[in-house]
Amino acid sequence: MLARRIIPCLDVRDGKVVKGVRFKDHEIVGDIVELARLYAGQGADELVFYDISASPEGREVEPAWVGRVAQVIDIPFCVAGGIRSVAAARARLHAGADKISINTPALENPSLINALADEFGSQCVVVGMDSRKIGGIWRLHQYTGDPDRTLTSERDTLSWIKEVTERGAGEIVLNCMDQDGVRQGYDIEQLMAAREVCPVPLIASGGAGAMEHFADVFKKANVDGALAASVFHKGVIAIPDLKNYLAQSGIEVRP
Amino acid sequence: MTLALIDTSTANIASVRYALNRLGVEPVLAATPGEAAGAKKLILPGVGAAGPAMRALERSGWADALRNDTRPLLGVCLGMQLLFGESDEDSGTGNPVSLLGLIPGRVERLAPSDAGPWPHMGWNTLSFSPGSDPLLTGIEEGDHVYFVHGFYVPEGASTLATTSYGARISAMVRHGHIAGCQFHPERSGAVGARILSNFIKG
Repeated sequence: MLARRIIPCLDVRDGKVVKGVRFKDHEIVGDIVELARLYAGQGADELVFYDISASPEGREVEPAWVGRVAQVIDIPFCVAGGIRSVAAARARLHAGADKISINTPALENPSLINALADEFGSQCVVVGMDSRKIGGIWRLHQYTGDPDRTLTSERDTLSWIKEVTERGAGEIVLNCMDQDGVRQGYDIEQLMAAREVCPVPLIASGGAGAMEHFADVFKKANVDGALAASVFHKGVIAIPDLKNYLAQSGIEVRP
Repeated sequence: MTLALIDTSTANIASVRYALNRLGVEPVLAATPGEAAGAKKLILPGVGAAGPAMRALERSGWADALRNDTRPLLGVCLGMQLLFGESDEDSGTGNPVSLLGLIPGRVERLAPSDAGPWPHMGWNTLSFSPGSDPLLTGIEEGDHVYFVHGFYVPEGASTLATTSYGARISAMVRHGHIAGCQFHPERSGAVGARILSNFIKG
């Protein structure tokens, strides 16, 4: 049986892993390669590296650390942030990343999704979304790495999920902004709605604070994976304990 | 031991190379068959679609060379599928793609239905008969490996190990000196490393 995935997310700024609360006040939590090795060794199923400063400043992730990560870890990893072209995606994939994830550039230029899927296959193409409810409708946000530049998009989240999967996205990471960094649990309501319209793997993001939150999101929203950052970086939850807990809760995981 | 990695500029070549490095092997990157002349074994990696991958193999001379080669060969992911006769992954042309034809069989589109979304992406379990092949030495029934694919080879005469995702999928195959993994051993933790090590040492 296909296992549910546990995915530590490493937000990267200036070559260091950082974590903020509600996208603000970032603090350094450690070295990229050391943390990648640590989480892979603990049984993480996949890693996501998100260069949170890349989109706002219009620069691209330095592929040098992508290669360093690829050399040391033996689980899949995805690189996100600042990828605006097929060439930028190719550089990261050829350096050893398994997937690339686009967020703001997809909103600005949706045909980039088609171009990436045609060139590399849908399995490499992840679309990330930052979404929160405004006036009763889930709406997308852009440039979320920088609170001063964060914009609310005209697009609603659920129709965007449909569009990007039709364009060839092979996986969706839905970051629920109201819950991000506050550790009160995943946004089950939004993720259930997303699951209804999402025909490809769906990864929950934002809000993990306790092991029960992971069990909840797998059981209630039927997501394929759950992404979290601070609970892992701060040692609130150890991945081996989480895997044991989920297995005992009747959820298929890789031991 | 000299091992050549067939270099068709596919995206996962760095990952496979680094996985071999972690096992103490520095492979020769062979864009053409001549560059692999001194190698004892070959690995054919691959991600992406069957049509462009076959065109790259034909352009480089690798397609003909592999049809006449007798060295141990391991195909990985799309590289495994390319070993078979024909693929339904038509890149929109409506016509099946002719593959290397080294193993009888056909690559079909996966229809997971109730099993989950398409494509099949994530860690799934291996099922096999113990002792069936040296590649499986040290691997246990139920071990998880990492899959990413939307097309598959149905269980058949060459199947060594299966996984289930709406269908019984050939997870590993063997036909004489030719073997393949549908999953990514280079991204499958200790289990994948053991399978690669078995190939190197076998």
